[in-house]
Amino acid sequence: MEQFLAFGIVGLSTAAIYAVISSGLVLTYVTTGVFNFAHGAAGMLAAFCYWQLTVGWGWPVPLALAVVLLVLAPGFGLLVERVLLRPVQHLGEAERMVMMVALLSGLIAGARWIWDPNVARPLPTFFADRTPFRAGPVTITWHQAITMVVAVAVAAGLWALLNRTRTGAEMRATVDDRALAGLTGADPLRANRVAWVLGTQLAAVGGILIAPSVALDAQQLSLLIVSAYTAAIFGRLRSLPLTFLGAVVVGCMESYLTGYLPQNAYLPGLRLAAPALLLFAALLLFPHRRLRGRDRRLAPVPLPSMRGALVFAASVVVAGVAMATVLQGKDLITLGPLLPLGMVALSYVPLAGYAGQISLCQLSMAGIGAVVWAHLGADGQPWALLVAVLVAALAGAVIALPALRLSGVYLALGTAAFTVVLDRWIFTLPSFDVLGVRISLFEQGSLEVSGPSLFGLRLDGERGLMVFSAVCLALVSLGVAALRRGRFGRRLIALRDSEAAYATLGGNLLVARVAVFALAAGIAGLGGALYGMQLRTITADQFGLVAGLPIFLIAVIGGLGRVGNGLFAGTAYIGPNILLGLASWTQNLVAILPALAGMGLGQSPDGIVVRLRREWEPVARDRLVLPALLAAVALAWALRIADAVNGWVLLVGLAAVASALRAWAAARRNAPAEPEVPVEWWGVRRPWRAEDGEVLARGIARG
Amino acid sequence: MSALFELRDVRAAHGRITVLHGVGLRVAAGEVVALLGPNGAGKTTTLRVAAGVHPAESGRLLLGGRDVTGARPRDLARAGVCLIPEGRGVFPNLSVRDNLLMMTFTGRTRAEIEEVAFSRFPVLAKRASQTAGTLSGGEQQMLALARGLATDPAVLLLDELSMGLAPLVVGRLYEQVAEIARQGVAVLVVEQFASAVFGIADHAAVLVRGRIERRGRPDDGLRAELSALYLGSPT
Repeated sequence: MEQFLAFGIVGLSTAAIYAVISSGLVLTYVTTGVFNFAHGAAGMLAAFCYWQLTVGWGWPVPLALAVVLLVLAPGFGLLVERVLLRPVQHLGEAERMVMMVALLSGLIAGARWIWDPNVARPLPTFFADRTPFRAGPVTITWHQAITMVVAVAVAAGLWALLNRTRTGAEMRATVDDRALAGLTGADPLRANRVAWVLGTQLAAVGGILIAPSVALDAQQLSLLIVSAYTAAIFGRLRSLPLTFLGAVVVGCMESYLTGYLPQNAYLPGLRLAAPALLLFAALLLFPHRRLRGRDRRLAPVPLPSMRGALVFAASVVVAGVAMATVLQGKDLITLGPLLPLGMVALSYVPLAGYAGQISLCQLSMAGIGAVVWAHLGADGQPWALLVAVLVAALAGAVIALPALRLSGVYLALGTAAFTVVLDRWIFTLPSFDVLGVRISLFEQGSLEVSGPSLFGLRLDGERGLMVFSAVCLALVSLGVAALRRGRFGRRLIALRDSEAAYATLGGNLLVARVAVFALAAGIAGLGGALYGMQLRTITADQFGLVAGLPIFLIAVIGGLGRVGNGLFAGTAYIGPNILLGLASWTQNLVAILPALAGMGLGQSPDGIVVRLRREWEPVARDRLVLPALLAAVALAWALRIADAVNGWVLLVGLAAVASALRAWAAARRNAPAEPEVPVEWWGVRRPWRAEDGEVLARGIARG
Repeated sequence: MSALFELRDVRAAHGRITVLHGVGLRVAAGEVVALLGPNGAGKTTTLRVAAGVHPAESGRLLLGGRDVTGARPRDLARAGVCLIPEGRGVFPNLSVRDNLLMMTFTGRTRAEIEEVAFSRFPVLAKRASQTAGTLSGGEQQMLALARGLATDPAVLLLDELSMGLAPLVVGRLYEQVAEIARQGVAVLVVEQFASAVFGIADHAAVLVRGRIERRGRPDDGLRAELSALYLGSPT
C-alpha cells in the first residue's frame, strides 16, 4: 500500500507539471485560436536557459528564475506573436498550425545547435538539500510539494483571469470575433500579446519543473508535450478543471505503469507510448466542437494538363539521370535520399492538398514500407515492393477509420499520436506472431536493406537506385496528376471544400477518406522503401515524428496542391546537405533551414512551387530561350562527364546561366507593356480573360 | 437639424473593385436614417466604413463636427460609435454576462450595464449564464441591442437587424430602436426588410451600385421605387 501511495505522489507531482503546461496550451488556444504545437518546445528552451544561467554560469536560482520567467519567456512569447503569427493571422487554421510546427522543429534544431546534445546536463531539483517531509505513510520532496502548489496557484489564477476580468473576456472575445472585439473597445492585439506572454510563461514554469526529473534533451523535453496535449484534450481545449483532471489521469497512469507494468521485452515501450495512446483514445472518445476561429480559406487546387504532367515526369527522369551521372562519391550518397523523400512529400498532395486531411504520420508510413521491403525484398524481388506499398496502404487505411471523427488540428494531433506510438513502442518491439504470421520490424536495432532486381539487373549501386527512384517519382507524379483530373480527384476536392455538401450529394465520407489515406500511405511506403534502399541500413529513429516534421513543412511551403511538390520538397530538404562537407557548423544550419522556411510561409501562402512556376513560365514558353537553356544544361552535363569542371562550378555556373536566361525571357515577354485597365472596364476596354474571374473572386473574398 | 454623424463623399473598395463611389449621409441626434437598396449595393460596406472596420479610400467621416476619418474601430467605439453588425453582433462562445462585460470600456461598471440591459430585455437576465451562441436569434439580437443601450452611444449603426427573425420579433426590436433614438442617439439603419424600418425612419436613402440614387421621406413613392429596384423596373 505504501508503495502504491508513493507512486501516487510521484504521479501527482508529474500531473501537476502536466497541468501547468497543458493549462498554458488551453489558455493560448482559448484566447488566440492557435493550437501551439511548439508549447513543449518553448518549455524546453526555458529549461535550457535556466540550466545555462544556474549551472552553466552559476547565477543564483531566484535571479535565474526571474530572468527566465519574467524576461526571456515573455519576450519570446511577444516575438512569436509578432514575427510568426501576426503575418498569418488572416490566413487559415492550417497555415497557423504550420507556423507552430515550424517553430517546434526550429526550436529543437536551434537548441541542439546551441547546447551540444552529446553533453549531459543534470539539473538539480528545488531545495534538493532539504530533507523530504512525511505526510502520513508517504514521503514528499520539497520539489514535489512546490510543483503541486504551483499547479494549484496557476489553476486558481487562470480561472480568475478568464472568468472574472475584462482582460480575460477580451482575450476570449478576440477569438470569437476579432472585428467585433475591436468594436467593443477591446484591443485584439493586446489580448493576443497577453495570451502569448502568459502561455509562454506557463510553458517555461513547466519546463523548469520537469527538467530535473528527465534528461535535459531538446527532443525528449519537447515531446513531453504529448502528455500535456492529452490533458488538454480531456479538457476539450477549453475547460481548465477538466484539463487538470486529464493531467492527473496522465501523470498517475505514467507513474503506476512505471511501478506495476510487467517486465518483458514487449512492454517497456508501452509505458513511453501510453500518453500518446491515451491522447488517441481521448480524441476519439471525447466529443469536441468544431474548431473555434475556424475559417474556410482554401487554396485553389490547379488542374494540371496531362501534357504538362508528362513534360514534368520526363524532367524528373532526366534530372535523376543527370544526378546519377554527374554526382560522385560522397555527394552521390548525400543526395541519394532526395527523390525517395520527395516521394514521401508527394504523398501529401492527394492527402492534404486535394482532400484537406492534415497528417503528421507520413514518414511513419514510409517506415512501414521500408521495413516490409527490408524483410521481404532482401533478394530484390520486385513483388516485395508491391507488398511494401500495400502494407503501408493498409496501415494508412487503419488510421483513416478513427480519423473519420477528426479534422484540422485534431486530426494532426491524432496522426502525431499514432506516430509517437509507432516510434516509442511498435517500432521497438522484437519479432512477434499474429495469427501464425511472424511479424518482424526493426529487430530492436538496425536493418540491412538491399536494392531491387529488375529484368535480371540488380540495382544495388547509388547511381542505379537514383535513376530507379527518379522513374518511380515520375510515374507517381503522373498518377497524382491523373488523379486530380479524374472523378476521384474531384470527389476529394469536394470533400475538402465541404464535407457536409459532399455527404448530402451522396458521397461516402468513410470510403473517400479511407481511400485517400491508403493511397497516400502507399505512396509514402514506396518512398520509404526507396529511402531504405539508398540508406542501405535503416533504424526506427529515421522514421520518427521529429524526423518527419521538416518534410511536412517543406511540402506545405512548396504548395500542397501541386504535383511538382515531390521534386521540389526532395530538392529543398536534401539539396542543402551538399553544404555539409564545407564546415561542421553547416550541419546545424541545414537542420534548422526547413523550420526557417516554414516560418516564412506568410510570405508565400500559396506555395513556392506556384511562385517558381510563375517565374519560370516565360522561359518554358519562349521558343528562343528554352532551347538556349536546354543547350546550356546539355553543355554543362557534357563538361562534367568529361571532368572538365567540378561539381561546384557546374552548380554555380548553371544557376547563373539559368537566372540570366530567365531575366532575358521575362524582358522579351514584357517588351510591349500593356496599359493598366481599371477593373470596372475589364471586358469592355480590353477583352475578358479566363483568369479575370479568379482575380475578382479573390478580391471580393479578401474584402 | 445639424448632423451629429456624417459621411462625406466616401469612396471604398474591396481589393481592386470600387464599391462605394462618393457616398454622402448625414444623421442628426435623435434621428433614424434608413439606408436601403438591393443586394450588393454597398450598404454593409457603408456601415463598416462608418465604424472604421473598413478603410475609406477617400472622403471624410465627421462625428459631432470633428473629423474622425481613419480612426481605428476601437477608438470610434470609445468615441460613441456603436456598430451592430449583420448576423448577430454577439460573441457566441461567451456567456450573456461576459458579452455585457465587454461593454465596460465606456466607464460604466458591470453592474450598471447589466441593470440597463436586463431591465430593457428581462429574458436576458434569465439567460445570464448561458452561452450567447445558444440563445435564439431574437435573443441574440436583443443582446446585441442591449449594447446600444448599455454603452450610451452617440451613434448607433444597425446592419440587417431583421435577418432570420420572425416579423413579430423584428417589430419589437425596431420599437426598441425608436426608443433609443428618442433618447438622442443618431441611428443609421441598413435593412433589406424595408417595411420594417419605414415605420420608425425619419429619412431614407437608396443606395444603388455604390451611389445614393434617392433621398427623402420614407413614403409610398420611395416604397414603389424600391420595389422597382429590387424586382427590376417595369417596362
